[in-house]
Amino acid sequence: MSNPTTTTNLSYRAVFSLILKRDLTIALRHKDDIINPLLFFIIVVTLFPLGIGPESQTLSRIAPGIIWVAALLSTLLSLDRLFKSDHSDGSLEQMLLSPHPVFILVLAKIVAHWLITGLPLILIAPLLAVLLHLNEQSYGALMLTLLLGTPVLSLLGAIGVALTVGIKKGGVLLSLLVLPLYIPVLIFATSAIDTAALGLPYSGQLAIIAALFFGSLTLAPFAVGAALKVSTN
Amino acid sequence: MWKWLHPYANPEVSYHFAGRVLPWFSALAALLLAIGLVWALAFAPADYQQGDSFRIFYLHVPAASLSMGIYLGMAIAAFTSMVWQFKLADASAAAMAPVGAVFTAIALITGAAWGKPMWGTWWIWDARLTSELILLFLYLGVMALHSAFEDKNLAGKAAGILTLVGVINLPIIKYSVEWWNTLHQGSTVSKMGKPSMSIEMLWPFLFCFLGFVMLVTAVICIRFRSEILARNSIRPWVKTLVAAENK
Repeated sequence: MSNPTTTTNLSYRAVFSLILKRDLTIALRHKDDIINPLLFFIIVVTLFPLGIGPESQTLSRIAPGIIWVAALLSTLLSLDRLFKSDHSDGSLEQMLLSPHPVFILVLAKIVAHWLITGLPLILIAPLLAVLLHLNEQSYGALMLTLLLGTPVLSLLGAIGVALTVGIKKGGVLLSLLVLPLYIPVLIFATSAIDTAALGLPYSGQLAIIAALFFGSLTLAPFAVGAALKVSTN
Repeated sequence: MWKWLHPYANPEVSYHFAGRVLPWFSALAALLLAIGLVWALAFAPADYQQGDSFRIFYLHVPAASLSMGIYLGMAIAAFTSMVWQFKLADASAAAMAPVGAVFTAIALITGAAWGKPMWGTWWIWDARLTSELILLFLYLGVMALHSAFEDKNLAGKAAGILTLVGVINLPIIKYSVEWWNTLHQGSTVSKMGKPSMSIEMLWPFLFCFLGFVMLVTAVICIRFRSEILARNSIRPWVKTLVAAENK
């Protein structure tokens, strides 16, 4: 602490990239955190054909729903690591005590979470879509909805984690709080993919998902910051 | 306005105020519901298309509007508590949550009972039904969060944030009918100026609706009082109250 002004004079962008780099580095050193939700995603998608039957007609009809529900669940599983370890080792409180706006800190952590869990999910999704015989016209819609929709999942989920991070058995409660908030994304995403399968324009549904994305991008970090202040007390 | 309002920030004053208005709301609820329900179920004319089964409307519509109204009230209380650090607002939000959940459940159950003769099915995945179900989940989430924290003040703050996040759901419910044009019939009551139901049906409905509003207010008053007592159980005024009760 020889020169305390250097830590307070960081620009917003520098703070953002510092936290982002820190979280990405931690995640890359614990590769399980990246791989396990992805494996969960793949396994859940594999279970559906086993449970429903291998007819390609049925599978291609329900493929958008399966992929999206599996994406919701695997995001939900990975949410815990967003604040849990930082909360237990005390670094979360230090971040909140720092002079930088909570909005920036929280946003950086959420972006890191999306890069770690959302992006791999998007990359693996087309492969799973092939396994489920997704309609060929729907691939573009699937990728676009995932690209716009998974950040919404991370943003809204962060609110739930921030509220439950101080509670000992927060896991089940987290799903109870977060899953209802995910429903609009699920509805519009699957509807866009279904519409694309019919060869119709799906820009309307995509626009609503984009609206959800920008709405949650601007508002969710405030809610997360307020919730973290309650949780760390 | 603040001068008139600030005594009610004191839990004791609020407790006694809620106790004073409670009999009025209860009496009004009993009177209005007695008139409204008898009129609606026995004397109002049957619908020319739906027959007598439409009468569940007198229960279904008030429950459905109140399920959303109570959520809005909870959101206003949560906002008040967050902005002005007004702790009693948290107590009132905690008092409202289970009442709202019950009315949402009533709306869903009566809706299913109405749907069976009308649409031939108990449940369809229509937008309004679905968002009412989501509303029920939101209520249950708020209640679960309330009970997850040991500290009532922290619980109130956390549940308040969740309530405000969930309030986004209310406009989705409102506009979902236009977004997905499905089986659910459009609104018949609130068309300004010229309601599309006959006047003999509208009057009993208004009695029922106001009766349910009074009932909800009375129940919330009771729950609000017990929330105040639970939060202030170590205060001397609560102790003297309990001592007087036990004499």
